[in-house]
Amino acid sequence: MNRPPVTDWTADFDHLDPTFVADPYPIYEQLRTDCPIAHTDRYHGVWIPTRYEDLAAIAHDHHHFSSRTILVTDRPESPHDLGFHAPPITEDPPYHTDIRRLLLPVFSPKVVADYEPITRAMANDLIDGFITDGGCDAATDFAQHVPIKVITRMLGIPDSDHAQFRDWIHRLIEESPIAGDATFEAIFEIGGYLAGHVDQHRTSPRDDIITHLLEARMPDGRPLTDEEILGVCILLLLAGIDTTWSAIGSSLLHLATNPDDRRRLRDEPDLINSATEEFLRVFAPVTMAREVIEDTEVGGCPMRKGDRLLLPFPSGNRDPEIFDRPDNVVLDREANRHFAFGVGIHRCLGSNLARMELRVALQTWLERIPEFTLTDPDAVTWSAGQVRGPRTLPFAFTAG
Amino acid sequence: MRVVVDAERCQGHNRCHALAPVLFDIDDLGYATAAPGSVPADLEAAARLAEANCPEHAITIDP
Ligand code: HEM
Ligand code: SF4
Repeated sequence: MNRPPVTDWTADFDHLDPTFVADPYPIYEQLRTDCPIAHTDRYHGVWIPTRYEDLAAIAHDHHHFSSRTILVTDRPESPHDLGFHAPPITEDPPYHTDIRRLLLPVFSPKVVADYEPITRAMANDLIDGFITDGGCDAATDFAQHVPIKVITRMLGIPDSDHAQFRDWIHRLIEESPIAGDATFEAIFEIGGYLAGHVDQHRTSPRDDIITHLLEARMPDGRPLTDEEILGVCILLLLAGIDTTWSAIGSSLLHLATNPDDRRRLRDEPDLINSATEEFLRVFAPVTMAREVIEDTEVGGCPMRKGDRLLLPFPSGNRDPEIFDRPDNVVLDREANRHFAFGVGIHRCLGSNLARMELRVALQTWLERIPEFTLTDPDAVTWSAGQVRGPRTLPFAFTAG
Repeated sequence: MRVVVDAERCQGHNRCHALAPVLFDIDDLGYATAAPGSVPADLEAAARLAEANCPEHAITIDP
């Protein structure tokens, strides 16, 4: 569907407008200053709070702001505008609490640490595949594959189907706001694919997440239903891939185009942890959504039951009230209370994993390919929608 | 100096443990508790860093 281009961002915001997709940050800056809780009539009406404190307050207030809506789309129906339940992200307490507790141990810092050597080996394998070429598309040849390889291994499904995952993710997350019923076809396909793997696990249990879900029991002793298991698996594929891919890609793009930071990170490898947090702050890929389930008010704006909101964590992460020099990448930034992974009860379940993947991907890349450049700035493309990251990154380097 | 973690606020972001592993224990679900005892002098800066990076404002420092 063709929409008129936005001329007034404070009154007619559109997160799919090409100007916004190309560079959202000046627009967020304008909103934070001129209209910190903006509203648009597009997509059946959406609020857009942009200041850190308001975003944190809303994310913490699940009594008024429900996760039954997490994507802002053209579809009017609610709840479950995603088209299906993907626990825990689409759920509210108390159910959310119970199902989240089943998943927390699978992504704990200890478990994630065990996956670090495998992740490093996978990153090295990927680089082996193109290092002799003297160039690659760092988004599609590298960044994309790291999270796919790790999460498929953790779930217990083959990574050879990665092209298929990419297509489903694209249709479900990136196109879904305007795709209408095509989204449901993608859900149907991915559900069918995963159901086959869940059945195989039923007969031959293994040490992986699908087996863990089959053996898990809710507090009342019941096992998860097939629908719940599929919903969780779809979520882990969707939430784990697009997001981490975006973070790795944005960070590499920054390093390709900022030689001083590139050299500094290479010469001072101990900066990798603070640098990782800083990349997550500045290039935060994820914007969530909520639906008002009880009338309330934020910053003087009345919100009515049924209203939808976008939660642009990327805007809060550049709020000058909270962060010094908010638009600058400061590799050794000390105080960095960023919320790239959200805050409150829906804090990204995969945040320990995502941080490890981002850090290992960057470390491995810098070790193997210390010098690299972006060959054509105009060729860089960005995903549209609520997950933002570069989808084409033509890089050149000395063949190794 | 002591560090205190408010269990009601902690959501398991794990920033504290990453910055000061000795000062914070993480349970199997990923939630933090302050390690027993007071903060050794050479870790006071790390304790302040953890406080300043917790996205939930769950950490306080008892001087
Ligand atoms: C850099 C990469 C990532 C970013 C920026 C990110 C961001 C987020 C954000 C902002 C939320 C909060 C949602 C809300 O407030 O409603 C979230 C939730 C979630 N994320 Fe991530 N994520 C990333 C990687 C991952 C990975 C690797 C996984 C797992 C494989 C994952 C799994 C989840 C799950 C299951 C939830 C739902 C938690 C709940 O509702 O309780 N994410 N993520
Ligand atoms: S950083 Fe804060 S929220 Fe995260 S584990 Fe530590 S105390 Fe908990």
